[in-house]
Amino acid sequence: MSSKSRETLHACLHNVNFMIGFFMLLSVVLIAIFADKIAPYGYTDQLVGPQFTSPGGSYLFGTDELGRDVLSRVIYGTRITLKVAVLGASLELIIGVVIGLSCGYFGGAIDHVFTFLTDLTWCIPGTILALAVVTLIGKSLTNSVIAIAMVCWASYARPIRAKTMSLKTMAFVETGKAFGESSVALMFRYILPNVIPSLIVMVSTTLPSTILSTTTLSFLGMGSQAPSPDWGLALSKGIDYIGSAPWLSIFPGIALVYTVLGFALFGEGVRDILDPHLKSQ
Amino acid sequence: MSTPMIEMRDVQKYFKVSKGLFKTSNEQVKAVDHITLSVEEGEIVGLVGESGSGKTTLARVLLSLTKMTGGEAVIDGVNLGKASHKDMEKLHREIAVVFQDPASNLNPRETVESSIMRPMIIHGVPRSKAKEKAREVLQMVKMDLKYLDSFPHQLSGGQLQRIAIARALALSPKIMILDEPTSALDVSVQAQILNLLLDLQEEMHLTYIIITHDLNVIKYISDKIAVMYLGQLVEFGPAEVVGNRPSHPYTKGLMDAAPILDPRDRGKEKEIMKGDPGSLIDLKAGCRFYARCRYATDECKEKDPENVILAPGHQVACVHPLNIE
Amino acid sequence: MSEELLRLEHLSIDYKVKGGYLSAVNDVNLSVNRGEILAVVGESGCGKSTIAHSIMNLLPGGNEEVEGKILFKGEDLRKYSRKQMEAIRGKDIGMIFQNPLDSLNPVYKTGKQVEEAILLDGIDRVQAWNKVLELYKDVKMPDAEVRANSFPHELSGGMRQRVMIAMMLSRNPQLLIADEPTTALDVTIEAQILEIIKDLKKTYDTAIMLITHNFGLVAEVADKIAVMYAGEVIEYGDVFEIFEKPLHPYTTLLMKALPRKTKHEGRLQTIDGNVPRILDKKPGCRFANRCPYAMEKCKDNTPPEIHVSEEHKCRCFLLEEQAEGKEAAE
Repeated sequence: MSSKSRETLHACLHNVNFMIGFFMLLSVVLIAIFADKIAPYGYTDQLVGPQFTSPGGSYLFGTDELGRDVLSRVIYGTRITLKVAVLGASLELIIGVVIGLSCGYFGGAIDHVFTFLTDLTWCIPGTILALAVVTLIGKSLTNSVIAIAMVCWASYARPIRAKTMSLKTMAFVETGKAFGESSVALMFRYILPNVIPSLIVMVSTTLPSTILSTTTLSFLGMGSQAPSPDWGLALSKGIDYIGSAPWLSIFPGIALVYTVLGFALFGEGVRDILDPHLKSQ
Repeated sequence: MSTPMIEMRDVQKYFKVSKGLFKTSNEQVKAVDHITLSVEEGEIVGLVGESGSGKTTLARVLLSLTKMTGGEAVIDGVNLGKASHKDMEKLHREIAVVFQDPASNLNPRETVESSIMRPMIIHGVPRSKAKEKAREVLQMVKMDLKYLDSFPHQLSGGQLQRIAIARALALSPKIMILDEPTSALDVSVQAQILNLLLDLQEEMHLTYIIITHDLNVIKYISDKIAVMYLGQLVEFGPAEVVGNRPSHPYTKGLMDAAPILDPRDRGKEKEIMKGDPGSLIDLKAGCRFYARCRYATDECKEKDPENVILAPGHQVACVHPLNIE
Repeated sequence: MSEELLRLEHLSIDYKVKGGYLSAVNDVNLSVNRGEILAVVGESGCGKSTIAHSIMNLLPGGNEEVEGKILFKGEDLRKYSRKQMEAIRGKDIGMIFQNPLDSLNPVYKTGKQVEEAILLDGIDRVQAWNKVLELYKDVKMPDAEVRANSFPHELSGGMRQRVMIAMMLSRNPQLLIADEPTTALDVTIEAQILEIIKDLKKTYDTAIMLITHNFGLVAEVADKIAVMYAGEVIEYGDVFEIFEKPLHPYTTLLMKALPRKTKHEGRLQTIDGNVPRILDKKPGCRFANRCPYAMEKCKDNTPPEIHVSEEHKCRCFLLEEQAEGKEAAE
């Protein structure tokens, strides 16, 4: 095995996308962890300086309408984004894996019902569906992540279902069944571990869209509420002053693009490393 | 005579043909159709037939991987149709299986050791004992213990097949079902696996059902040969008789199609069977082999052939059996 | 003697892989005559398919190094340009593969695909279609006209392979390379395809190079046989002679590994160990580590090709020893 892990490491080091993405994400994670230490001010501290100070000088990213330091708010914003990424991915994964596995494994009526649901989530524009969900369960960041997960699980469930269907006819699964394995063991011990490589690829490629969708909800006022340093929220507030104080939206925007790009490059790299077939197609 | 290890009476497995999402038609695919067959303890029965003959479906019925839709099968005293939970556990222990493809026989994500231990763990063998037994069965299939920590992708086809056999032995089964166990292997490796299977069978007095399309392998290893055609058992009897002096025209065609293994046999007369194996969909009345049979008469077209006992232990389903003295 | 069509001289193929050069084919000398079936037989990974692909210039390209000559009617195909090769492929040398479903285009009727091949030779459509039907009858396709209007997925495996053979026949090549042509088929269908191959040889005097791992096919149809082991042809000669009296230890053991008897007559012969993967070729017999008769010199000396008779060659030092022994006795 050691030779195999060495090979994987080699592949990682030589994958440009992976390495760039990795360092971009690493910087985001470090900033989130040490936000208290790096940020010059707290994200709710008002009137740390004059309102609408232009970027530069002692306020690198300028200040906003309440005299809060934009740099500090962008720095604290990384925590929110990473929370969204982790929470969103795990929720989508759990729903997607359970539904995908059971559809693929049991087939029949369960499969018909959930395949129909999957198709349905694809017919309705995601953001609108998420808006409806948030309206039902109340506005908050966590709720908006739940809403996005309710919309996005289908993009996991479908490929997992397909993979499960092909794996369940493999000899080792049939043999397991023949010596008396339970369905749960067959699904989680035999099939799931063989889906994991594709799962990692799926997570890293769908994460950017999860982050963007949540930001959209915040932008629309359905996600994080003031005074959260959420980038989406900052963007929507900044719109009012786009002519006079563009830095209010530019810097959170750049931070968002940077993070999403980091995830996207990382995802692309992971896909190339784990699944060389996809690349050649 | 003792009771047979496996006794099948009119076993059927019909599949419904589904047509789209909500419609299921009344058409049925008779993948296994009224099979009556008994296998004695310690016997090696070879099951042959072309693709679509239902031999794998029959094996899956015996392994309770699929439920039969009619008939009765009694395996070591347990009636498959009426088995209780406890009976099923006994069957899971007593019937083991090895499939064709060495690469997919083992879970790619588990080590050899944990693959072999798994059946024992499920059936409540303590871990330490299972570990011990795993080493024992690995030695029985003549594999070095250093492979215990290997993953399947690090092993060759022959090694994988040995490990699959070792796992099958873990619960000390009485019956082994071997679905094309050597088809994916090279000649020299095939010989190793066949020898191993024979050694194990003699040592432990196992009962084998071997499915394969390689007729030379079947003739080598079997005590009895069962021939299936489009879901039905057309001939069943001692290997020597069925292999060399078959009574069903289909068996004859099949045996003649077996490649000779010596160019000096080229002169021998052969009957090359016409046509394809055919399909299980829209079967007509009468003998299913009618269209391909060179001995067919009008009687064959109308009448379903019945099982005829030609000699003790030799049955054939044909209106005009060949080679009868 | 009949005309020699294909001749391989000292053909070696190495693949550049991580850690060196993988020797896939090493110093292979073979020839195929008109109207003759040569079976190239060996276990998986012995290099038999690589040879077939190299003749057609169909190697993956990029990381292999080819040495030696591939002479077709006296001309070295390796010196041919891409254009010249394209002209030869199909027209002079035809090839059929193991999986006929992969080789047929799923969206066209099979007859049309055969017709396309015929049209390449500048024949008009009406004649071409008639020729298709004629070919379908040649390969004993049942209901030729119906099948010519069927799509590949509507045909059984055996029928698809017949279409491939018909397509190949349509241009009447002088040499046919058949790479495991019956491996995916039922035995009954295999027997039918073998009949067609035998007929081909008789009717059209086609030379056939049959690549297979199945000794059954060899015994059924081959005239000559080349036994390969780890990239080398270790024994070559007349099929009757080699089946009756194999000389190389590997061939001898393989013949005894074939299930030709019943279990009551004893166990089958086995060969211990695995086929080696030869990285960065060096001198020595490649079978030495598994050979029950291996001698000291086998380890680091490559056995030469010894001509036992004009048509029977074998790469083994044992023969040299025997010859010396005989001389000494005389």
